[in-house]
Amino acid sequence: MIELYVLLAAMLVAALVAIQIKDLLAAAVALGIVGFSIAIMFILLQAPDLAIVQIVVETLTVVFFAAVILRTTNTDTTIAGGLKRELVFPTVAYVTFGLVLLVLVGRALAELPSFGSPTMLVAREYIALGLEKTGAANVVAAIILDFRGYDTLGEVTVLFAAVVGVLTIMRRAGRKEQNSEGRD
Amino acid sequence: MRGMSSIVQQIARLLAGVLFLFGTYIVLHGHLTPGGGFAGGVLIAASFILVSLAFGSVEQTERNSYTLSSVVESLGGVLFVSLALAGYVAGTFFFQNASIYGTGNPLQLLSGGIILPANIAIGIKVGAGLFAIFLALGASRFVMKD
Amino acid sequence: MVPLFACLFLMLIGLYAVVTKRNIIRIIIGFSLVEYAVNLFFTMVGFKRDALPPIITDVAQPRNFVDPLPQALVLTAIVIGLATTSMMLALAMRIYEKYRTFDITEIRRLRG
Repeated sequence: MIELYVLLAAMLVAALVAIQIKDLLAAAVALGIVGFSIAIMFILLQAPDLAIVQIVVETLTVVFFAAVILRTTNTDTTIAGGLKRELVFPTVAYVTFGLVLLVLVGRALAELPSFGSPTMLVAREYIALGLEKTGAANVVAAIILDFRGYDTLGEVTVLFAAVVGVLTIMRRAGRKEQNSEGRD
Repeated sequence: MRGMSSIVQQIARLLAGVLFLFGTYIVLHGHLTPGGGFAGGVLIAASFILVSLAFGSVEQTERNSYTLSSVVESLGGVLFVSLALAGYVAGTFFFQNASIYGTGNPLQLLSGGIILPANIAIGIKVGAGLFAIFLALGASRFVMKD
Repeated sequence: MVPLFACLFLMLIGLYAVVTKRNIIRIIIGFSLVEYAVNLFFTMVGFKRDALPPIITDVAQPRNFVDPLPQALVLTAIVIGLATTSMMLALAMRIYEKYRTFDITEIRRLRG
Protein backbone atom coordinates (compact mmCIF):
# COMPACT_ATOMS: atom_id res chain seq x y z
CA MET A 1 0.00 0.00 0.00
CA ILE A 2 2.98 2.30 -0.23
CA GLU A 3 1.76 3.66 -3.59
CA LEU A 4 -1.43 4.85 -1.94
CA TYR A 5 0.48 6.96 0.58
CA VAL A 6 2.79 8.42 -2.07
CA LEU A 7 -0.21 9.42 -4.17
CA LEU A 8 -1.96 10.94 -1.15
CA ALA A 9 1.12 13.06 -0.41
CA ALA A 10 1.31 14.20 -4.06
CA MET A 11 -2.37 15.09 -3.98
CA LEU A 12 -2.01 17.22 -0.83
CA VAL A 13 1.04 19.06 -2.17
CA ALA A 14 -0.72 19.78 -5.48
CA ALA A 15 -3.79 21.07 -3.60
CA LEU A 16 -1.65 23.48 -1.59
CA VAL A 17 -0.03 24.69 -4.82
CA ALA A 18 -3.43 25.15 -6.46
CA ILE A 19 -4.68 27.54 -3.84
CA GLN A 20 -1.53 29.56 -3.28
CA ILE A 21 0.15 30.08 -6.65
CA LYS A 22 -0.20 33.48 -8.25
CA ASP A 23 -0.79 32.49 -11.86
CA LEU A 24 -4.35 31.28 -12.38
CA LEU A 25 -3.57 28.98 -15.28
CA ALA A 26 -0.98 27.18 -13.14
CA ALA A 27 -3.63 26.78 -10.45
CA ALA A 28 -5.92 25.08 -12.97
CA VAL A 29 -3.11 22.72 -13.96
CA ALA A 30 -2.44 21.91 -10.29
CA LEU A 31 -6.12 21.08 -9.90
CA GLY A 32 -5.67 18.70 -12.83
CA ILE A 33 -2.81 17.01 -10.98
CA VAL A 34 -5.05 16.52 -7.94
CA GLY A 35 -7.73 14.96 -10.11
CA PHE A 36 -5.38 12.59 -11.89
CA SER A 37 -3.83 11.43 -8.61
CA ILE A 38 -7.34 10.65 -7.43
CA ALA A 39 -7.97 8.70 -10.64
CA ILE A 40 -4.88 6.53 -10.06
CA MET A 41 -5.99 6.03 -6.48
CA PHE A 42 -9.33 4.80 -7.75
CA ILE A 43 -7.48 2.15 -9.74
CA LEU A 44 -5.54 1.11 -6.64
CA LEU A 45 -8.80 0.92 -4.70
CA GLN A 46 -10.17 -1.54 -7.31
CA ALA A 47 -12.73 0.82 -8.84
CA PRO A 48 -12.12 0.91 -12.63
CA ASP A 49 -15.51 2.49 -13.43
CA LEU A 50 -14.71 5.47 -11.27
CA ALA A 51 -11.20 5.78 -12.67
CA ILE A 52 -12.47 6.13 -16.24
CA VAL A 53 -15.08 8.71 -15.28
CA GLN A 54 -12.64 10.66 -13.10
CA ILE A 55 -10.00 10.89 -15.85
CA VAL A 56 -12.35 12.22 -18.52
CA VAL A 57 -14.19 14.53 -16.12
CA GLU A 58 -10.89 15.93 -14.85
CA THR A 59 -9.73 16.63 -18.40
CA LEU A 60 -12.93 18.49 -19.16
CA THR A 61 -12.72 20.43 -15.88
CA VAL A 62 -9.23 21.70 -16.74
CA VAL A 63 -10.44 22.57 -20.28
CA PHE A 64 -13.38 24.57 -18.87
CA PHE A 65 -11.15 26.39 -16.38
CA ALA A 66 -8.68 27.20 -19.15
CA ALA A 67 -11.49 28.47 -21.39
CA VAL A 68 -12.66 30.89 -18.70
CA ILE A 69 -9.16 31.99 -17.62
CA LEU A 70 -7.85 32.55 -21.15
CA ARG A 71 -10.83 34.66 -22.05
CA THR A 72 -10.59 36.92 -19.03
CA THR A 73 -7.40 37.42 -17.12
CA ASN A 74 -4.31 35.41 -16.43
CA THR A 75 -2.85 36.54 -13.18
CA ASP A 76 -4.30 36.98 -9.76
CA THR A 77 -3.98 40.61 -8.81
CA THR A 78 -5.37 40.26 -5.32
CA ILE A 79 -2.43 38.68 -3.56
CA ALA A 80 -0.54 41.27 -1.53
CA GLY A 81 1.85 40.49 1.27
CA GLY A 82 1.05 40.63 4.93
CA LEU A 83 -1.93 39.86 7.08
CA LYS A 84 -4.93 42.02 6.41
CA ARG A 85 -7.33 43.03 9.11
CA GLU A 86 -10.37 41.64 7.38
CA LEU A 87 -8.74 38.21 7.23
CA VAL A 88 -8.43 37.77 10.99
CA PHE A 89 -11.99 36.76 11.72
CA PRO A 90 -12.39 34.20 8.89
CA THR A 91 -9.06 32.59 9.77
CA VAL A 92 -9.90 32.28 13.47
CA ALA A 93 -13.34 30.88 12.67
CA TYR A 94 -11.84 28.42 10.21
CA VAL A 95 -9.18 27.19 12.67
CA THR A 96 -11.78 26.67 15.38
CA PHE A 97 -14.05 24.80 13.02
CA GLY A 98 -11.13 22.71 11.76
CA LEU A 99 -10.07 21.62 15.23
CA VAL A 100 -13.60 20.73 16.29
CA LEU A 101 -14.10 18.79 13.05
CA LEU A 102 -10.85 16.86 13.49
CA VAL A 103 -11.75 15.82 17.03
CA LEU A 104 -15.25 14.71 16.09
CA VAL A 105 -14.14 12.89 12.95
CA GLY A 106 -11.43 11.12 14.92
CA ARG A 107 -14.00 9.79 17.35
CA ALA A 108 -16.38 8.82 14.53
CA LEU A 109 -13.70 7.01 12.53
CA ALA A 110 -12.74 4.97 15.55
CA GLU A 111 -16.19 3.39 15.48
CA LEU A 112 -16.20 2.58 11.78
CA PRO A 113 -14.74 -0.75 10.64
CA SER A 114 -11.05 -0.38 9.96
CA PHE A 115 -9.74 0.62 6.56
CA GLY A 116 -9.83 -2.43 4.32
CA SER A 117 -12.62 -4.51 5.79
CA PRO A 118 -16.08 -3.06 5.22
CA THR A 119 -19.26 -4.60 6.57
CA MET A 120 -21.08 -4.85 3.21
CA LEU A 121 -24.49 -5.73 4.59
CA VAL A 122 -26.54 -4.58 1.61
CA ALA A 123 -23.91 -5.15 -1.05
CA ARG A 124 -23.73 -8.86 -0.30
CA GLU A 125 -27.28 -9.20 -1.61
CA TYR A 126 -26.49 -7.12 -4.70
CA ILE A 127 -23.43 -9.17 -5.55
CA ALA A 128 -25.07 -12.52 -4.98
CA LEU A 129 -28.31 -11.81 -6.82
CA GLY A 130 -27.17 -9.22 -9.34
CA LEU A 131 -26.54 -11.45 -12.30
CA GLU A 132 -29.72 -13.47 -11.95
CA LYS A 133 -32.01 -10.52 -11.36
CA THR A 134 -30.72 -8.07 -13.93
CA GLY A 135 -28.53 -10.02 -16.33
CA ALA A 136 -25.73 -7.46 -16.26
CA ALA A 137 -22.19 -8.60 -15.51
CA ASN A 138 -21.04 -5.19 -14.28
CA VAL A 139 -22.41 -5.00 -10.74
CA VAL A 140 -21.98 -1.21 -10.52
CA ALA A 141 -24.00 -0.68 -13.73
CA ALA A 142 -26.68 -3.02 -12.40
CA ILE A 143 -26.85 -0.99 -9.21
CA ILE A 144 -27.08 2.43 -10.81
CA LEU A 145 -29.56 1.45 -13.48
CA ASP A 146 -31.68 -1.16 -11.80
CA PHE A 147 -31.46 -1.37 -8.04
CA ARG A 148 -30.99 2.36 -7.48
CA GLY A 149 -32.47 3.73 -10.67
CA TYR A 150 -34.08 6.70 -8.95
CA ASP A 151 -30.68 8.14 -8.12
CA THR A 152 -29.79 8.08 -11.81
CA LEU A 153 -33.08 9.79 -12.63
CA GLY A 154 -32.17 12.53 -10.14
CA GLU A 155 -28.72 12.86 -11.68
CA VAL A 156 -30.20 13.23 -15.17
CA THR A 157 -32.42 16.01 -13.83
CA VAL A 158 -29.50 17.81 -12.18
CA LEU A 159 -27.43 17.64 -15.36
CA PHE A 160 -30.33 19.03 -17.37
CA ALA A 161 -30.77 21.88 -14.88
CA ALA A 162 -27.05 22.68 -15.05
CA VAL A 163 -27.05 22.84 -18.86
CA VAL A 164 -30.14 25.06 -18.91
CA GLY A 165 -28.57 27.25 -16.23
CA VAL A 166 -25.28 27.73 -18.07
CA LEU A 167 -27.01 28.47 -21.39
CA THR A 168 -29.26 31.01 -19.68
CA ILE A 169 -26.43 32.74 -17.83
CA MET A 170 -24.29 33.06 -20.94
CA ARG A 171 -27.06 34.29 -23.18
CA ARG A 172 -26.47 37.67 -24.73
CA ALA A 173 -28.46 40.58 -23.40
CA GLY A 174 -31.09 42.00 -25.75
CA ARG A 175 -29.42 45.29 -26.54
CA LYS A 176 -26.08 43.80 -27.46
CA GLU A 177 -27.73 41.37 -29.86
CA GLN A 178 -29.30 44.25 -31.73
CA ASN A 179 -25.98 46.06 -31.96
CA SER A 180 -24.00 43.13 -33.32
CA GLU A 181 -26.73 42.16 -35.73
CA GLY A 182 -26.73 45.69 -37.07
CA ARG A 183 -22.99 45.51 -37.56
CA ASP A 184 -22.89 42.12 -39.28
CA MET B 1 -9.03 31.00 -30.91
CA ARG B 2 -8.47 30.91 -34.64
CA GLY B 3 -7.74 27.23 -35.03
CA MET B 4 -4.38 25.67 -34.54
CA SER B 5 -1.44 24.81 -36.79
CA SER B 6 -1.72 22.19 -39.49
CA ILE B 7 0.05 19.50 -37.46
CA VAL B 8 -2.57 19.78 -34.75
CA GLN B 9 -5.32 19.75 -37.36
CA GLN B 10 -4.03 16.56 -38.97
CA ILE B 11 -3.76 14.78 -35.65
CA ALA B 12 -7.18 16.03 -34.57
CA ARG B 13 -8.68 14.73 -37.79
CA LEU B 14 -7.29 11.26 -37.03
CA LEU B 15 -8.00 11.23 -33.33
CA ALA B 16 -11.55 12.58 -33.31
CA GLY B 17 -12.96 9.54 -35.09
CA VAL B 18 -11.09 7.14 -32.81
CA LEU B 19 -12.29 8.99 -29.69
CA PHE B 20 -15.89 8.96 -30.85
CA LEU B 21 -15.73 5.26 -31.66
CA PHE B 22 -14.12 4.43 -28.33
CA GLY B 23 -16.73 6.44 -26.45
CA THR B 24 -19.52 4.60 -28.25
CA TYR B 25 -17.84 1.27 -27.43
CA ILE B 26 -17.71 2.16 -23.73
CA VAL B 27 -21.39 3.16 -23.77
CA LEU B 28 -22.56 0.02 -25.56
CA HIS B 29 -20.56 -2.38 -23.37
CA GLY B 30 -21.54 -0.65 -20.15
CA HIS B 31 -23.12 -3.74 -18.65
CA LEU B 32 -20.14 -6.01 -19.34
CA THR B 33 -16.99 -3.97 -18.77
CA PRO B 34 -16.27 -0.94 -16.61
CA GLY B 35 -17.57 2.31 -17.95
CA GLY B 36 -21.17 2.78 -18.86
CA GLY B 37 -23.21 5.74 -20.00
CA PHE B 38 -21.45 8.50 -18.08
CA ALA B 39 -17.87 7.73 -19.05
CA GLY B 40 -18.75 7.12 -22.69
CA GLY B 41 -20.89 10.24 -22.89
CA VAL B 42 -18.10 12.45 -21.58
CA LEU B 43 -15.68 10.90 -24.09
CA ILE B 44 -18.08 11.64 -26.95
CA ALA B 45 -18.30 15.25 -25.77
CA ALA B 46 -14.49 15.38 -25.66
CA SER B 47 -14.23 14.30 -29.29
CA PHE B 48 -16.55 17.10 -30.39
CA ILE B 49 -14.64 19.61 -28.28
CA LEU B 50 -11.37 18.48 -29.88
CA VAL B 51 -12.72 19.09 -33.38
CA SER B 52 -14.13 22.49 -32.52
CA LEU B 53 -10.92 23.61 -30.83
CA ALA B 54 -8.53 22.41 -33.52
CA PHE B 55 -10.39 23.77 -36.51
CA GLY B 56 -11.08 27.13 -34.99
CA SER B 57 -14.82 27.14 -35.18
CA VAL B 58 -15.42 27.94 -31.52
CA GLU B 59 -15.59 31.69 -32.03
CA GLN B 60 -17.65 31.61 -35.20
CA THR B 61 -20.18 29.18 -33.83
CA GLU B 62 -23.68 30.14 -34.77
CA ARG B 63 -26.49 30.10 -32.33
CA ASN B 64 -27.89 27.10 -34.17
CA SER B 65 -25.06 24.91 -32.97
CA TYR B 66 -25.79 25.21 -29.39
CA THR B 67 -29.50 25.12 -29.91
CA LEU B 68 -28.98 21.81 -31.70
CA SER B 69 -26.85 20.46 -28.86
CA SER B 70 -29.36 21.34 -26.21
CA VAL B 71 -32.21 19.84 -28.28
CA VAL B 72 -30.28 16.56 -28.63
CA GLU B 73 -29.60 16.59 -24.90
CA SER B 74 -33.28 17.01 -24.10
CA LEU B 75 -34.10 14.16 -26.47
CA GLY B 76 -31.70 11.94 -24.54
CA GLY B 77 -33.42 12.86 -21.30
CA VAL B 78 -36.86 12.16 -22.77
CA LEU B 79 -35.63 8.77 -24.00
CA PHE B 80 -34.39 7.88 -20.52
CA VAL B 81 -37.67 8.82 -18.84
CA SER B 82 -39.71 6.97 -21.43
CA LEU B 83 -37.62 3.85 -20.80
CA ALA B 84 -38.42 4.20 -17.14
CA LEU B 85 -42.08 4.58 -17.98
CA ALA B 86 -41.97 1.42 -20.08
CA GLY B 87 -42.13 -0.65 -16.93
CA TYR B 88 -45.20 1.29 -15.91
CA VAL B 89 -46.86 0.71 -19.26
CA ALA B 90 -46.31 -3.04 -19.06
CA GLY B 91 -48.28 -3.25 -15.88
CA THR B 92 -45.69 -3.38 -13.10
CA PHE B 93 -43.73 -0.76 -11.19
CA PHE B 94 -42.01 2.33 -12.50
CA PHE B 95 -38.45 1.41 -13.52
CA GLN B 96 -39.04 -2.31 -13.36
CA ASN B 97 -36.41 -4.06 -15.38
CA ALA B 98 -35.81 -7.62 -16.11
CA SER B 99 -38.88 -9.54 -15.17
CA ILE B 100 -40.80 -8.27 -18.17
CA TYR B 101 -38.22 -7.75 -20.85
CA GLY B 102 -36.17 -10.86 -20.32
CA THR B 103 -32.54 -10.97 -19.33
CA GLY B 104 -31.05 -12.84 -22.26
CA ASN B 105 -27.88 -14.84 -21.85
CA PRO B 106 -25.44 -13.37 -19.36
CA LEU B 107 -22.17 -11.94 -20.69
CA GLN B 108 -23.57 -11.34 -24.17
CA LEU B 109 -24.09 -7.91 -25.67
CA LEU B 110 -27.89 -8.16 -25.79
CA SER B 111 -28.48 -8.95 -22.14
CA GLY B 112 -29.59 -7.06 -19.13
CA GLY B 113 -33.10 -5.96 -20.10
CA ILE B 114 -33.44 -2.24 -20.01
CA ILE B 115 -29.84 -1.48 -19.04
CA LEU B 116 -28.47 -1.23 -22.59
CA PRO B 117 -30.99 1.32 -23.95
CA ALA B 118 -30.72 3.28 -20.70
CA ASN B 119 -26.94 3.48 -21.12
CA ILE B 120 -27.37 4.76 -24.68
CA ALA B 121 -29.84 7.42 -23.52
CA ILE B 122 -27.51 8.58 -20.77
CA GLY B 123 -24.56 8.66 -23.18
CA ILE B 124 -26.45 10.87 -25.64
CA LYS B 125 -27.62 13.16 -22.85
CA VAL B 126 -24.29 13.62 -21.11
CA GLY B 127 -22.37 14.05 -24.36
CA ALA B 128 -24.65 16.65 -25.89
CA GLY B 129 -25.07 18.49 -22.59
CA LEU B 130 -21.36 18.86 -21.92
CA PHE B 131 -20.71 20.01 -25.50
CA ALA B 132 -23.42 22.66 -25.10
CA ILE B 133 -21.81 23.85 -21.86
CA PHE B 134 -18.42 24.10 -23.56
CA LEU B 135 -19.86 26.11 -26.44
CA ALA B 136 -21.56 28.48 -24.03
CA LEU B 137 -18.38 29.00 -22.01
CA GLY B 138 -16.09 29.33 -24.99
CA ALA B 139 -18.06 30.90 -27.78
CA SER B 140 -20.65 33.25 -26.43
CA ARG B 141 -20.32 36.79 -27.76
CA PHE B 142 -18.44 38.40 -25.00
CA VAL B 143 -16.40 41.49 -24.41
CA MET B 144 -12.82 40.37 -24.98
CA LYS B 145 -10.05 41.41 -22.64
CA ASP B 146 -8.25 44.54 -23.77
CA MET C 1 -7.18 5.18 9.14
CA VAL C 2 -4.44 7.44 7.82
CA PRO C 3 -5.85 7.55 4.25
CA LEU C 4 -9.24 8.63 5.60
CA PHE C 5 -7.60 11.48 7.50
CA ALA C 6 -5.75 12.51 4.35
CA CYS C 7 -9.10 12.95 2.59
CA LEU C 8 -10.22 15.11 5.49
CA PHE C 9 -7.11 17.28 5.11
CA LEU C 10 -7.86 17.75 1.43
CA MET C 11 -11.34 18.91 2.33
CA LEU C 12 -9.94 21.35 4.91
CA ILE C 13 -7.53 22.78 2.32
CA GLY C 14 -10.43 23.39 -0.05
CA LEU C 15 -12.48 24.94 2.73
CA TYR C 16 -9.60 27.29 3.55
CA ALA C 17 -9.61 28.49 -0.05
CA VAL C 18 -13.38 29.10 0.02
CA VAL C 19 -13.29 31.03 3.30
CA THR C 20 -10.21 33.24 3.01
CA LYS C 21 -9.32 33.84 -0.62
CA ARG C 22 -10.40 36.92 -2.52
CA ASN C 23 -10.24 35.77 -6.12
CA ILE C 24 -13.36 34.07 -7.43
CA ILE C 25 -11.47 31.50 -9.47
CA ARG C 26 -9.64 30.38 -6.32
CA ILE C 27 -12.93 30.01 -4.51
CA ILE C 28 -14.20 27.80 -7.34
CA ILE C 29 -10.99 25.72 -7.15
CA GLY C 30 -11.65 25.33 -3.41
CA PHE C 31 -15.17 24.03 -4.06
CA SER C 32 -13.77 21.52 -6.54
CA LEU C 33 -11.26 20.28 -3.98
CA VAL C 34 -14.00 19.74 -1.38
CA GLU C 35 -16.01 17.68 -3.88
CA TYR C 36 -13.02 15.53 -4.83
CA ALA C 37 -12.23 14.89 -1.19
CA VAL C 38 -15.75 13.68 -0.44
CA ASN C 39 -15.78 11.32 -3.45
CA LEU C 40 -12.44 9.84 -2.45
CA PHE C 41 -13.60 9.37 1.14
CA PHE C 42 -16.64 7.39 0.05
CA THR C 43 -14.59 5.10 -2.15
CA MET C 44 -12.08 4.46 0.61
CA VAL C 45 -14.81 3.44 3.03
CA GLY C 46 -15.86 0.71 0.62
CA PHE C 47 -12.39 -0.73 0.03
CA LYS C 48 -11.65 -4.36 0.89
CA ARG C 49 -8.11 -5.67 0.98
CA ASP C 50 -7.11 -8.34 -1.56
CA ALA C 51 -10.43 -8.21 -3.35
CA LEU C 52 -11.32 -7.88 -7.02
CA PRO C 53 -13.10 -5.06 -8.88
CA PRO C 54 -16.85 -5.70 -9.03
CA ILE C 55 -17.09 -7.11 -12.57
CA ILE C 56 -18.33 -10.65 -13.04
CA THR C 57 -16.23 -12.37 -15.69
CA ASP C 58 -17.00 -16.02 -15.03
CA VAL C 59 -20.44 -17.00 -13.87
CA ALA C 60 -19.43 -19.95 -11.74
CA GLN C 61 -16.51 -18.48 -9.81
CA PRO C 62 -16.75 -17.37 -6.15
CA ARG C 63 -17.08 -13.61 -5.93
CA ASN C 64 -14.81 -11.68 -3.61
CA PHE C 65 -15.49 -8.08 -4.57
CA VAL C 66 -14.96 -4.68 -3.06
CA ASP C 67 -18.11 -2.91 -1.96
CA PRO C 68 -19.94 -1.79 -5.13
CA LEU C 69 -22.50 0.43 -3.41
CA PRO C 70 -20.26 3.44 -2.62
CA GLN C 71 -18.87 3.21 -6.14
CA ALA C 72 -22.35 3.52 -7.60
CA LEU C 73 -23.05 6.59 -5.46
CA VAL C 74 -19.75 8.27 -6.31
CA LEU C 75 -20.18 7.63 -10.05
CA THR C 76 -23.04 10.09 -10.37
CA ALA C 77 -21.46 12.45 -7.86
CA ILE C 78 -18.40 12.95 -10.09
CA VAL C 79 -20.48 14.04 -13.07
CA ILE C 80 -22.65 16.27 -10.90
CA GLY C 81 -19.47 17.90 -9.58
CA LEU C 82 -18.50 18.78 -13.14
CA ALA C 83 -21.93 20.30 -13.81
CA THR C 84 -21.78 22.42 -10.64
CA THR C 85 -18.25 23.65 -11.38
CA SER C 86 -19.20 24.66 -14.91
CA MET C 87 -22.18 26.62 -13.63
CA MET C 88 -19.98 28.47 -11.13
CA LEU C 89 -17.52 29.26 -13.94
CA ALA C 90 -20.33 30.70 -16.07
CA LEU C 91 -21.31 32.99 -13.19
CA ALA C 92 -17.66 34.04 -12.77
CA MET C 93 -17.43 34.98 -16.44
CA ARG C 94 -20.55 37.10 -16.19
CA ILE C 95 -19.14 38.86 -13.12
CA TYR C 96 -15.93 39.62 -14.98
CA GLU C 97 -17.85 40.98 -17.92
CA LYS C 98 -19.75 43.38 -15.71
CA TYR C 99 -17.11 44.48 -13.21
CA ARG C 100 -13.80 43.75 -15.07
CA THR C 101 -12.29 42.16 -11.97
CA PHE C 102 -12.34 38.88 -10.11
CA ASP C 103 -11.79 40.44 -6.69
CA ILE C 104 -14.80 39.93 -4.46
CA THR C 105 -14.13 42.97 -2.27
CA GLU C 106 -14.25 45.21 -5.36
CA ILE C 107 -17.46 43.58 -6.45
CA ARG C 108 -19.11 44.28 -3.17
CA ARG C 109 -18.24 47.93 -3.40
CA LEU C 110 -19.36 48.72 -6.94
CA ARG C 111 -23.05 49.00 -7.50
CA GLY C 112 -24.70 48.34 -10.89
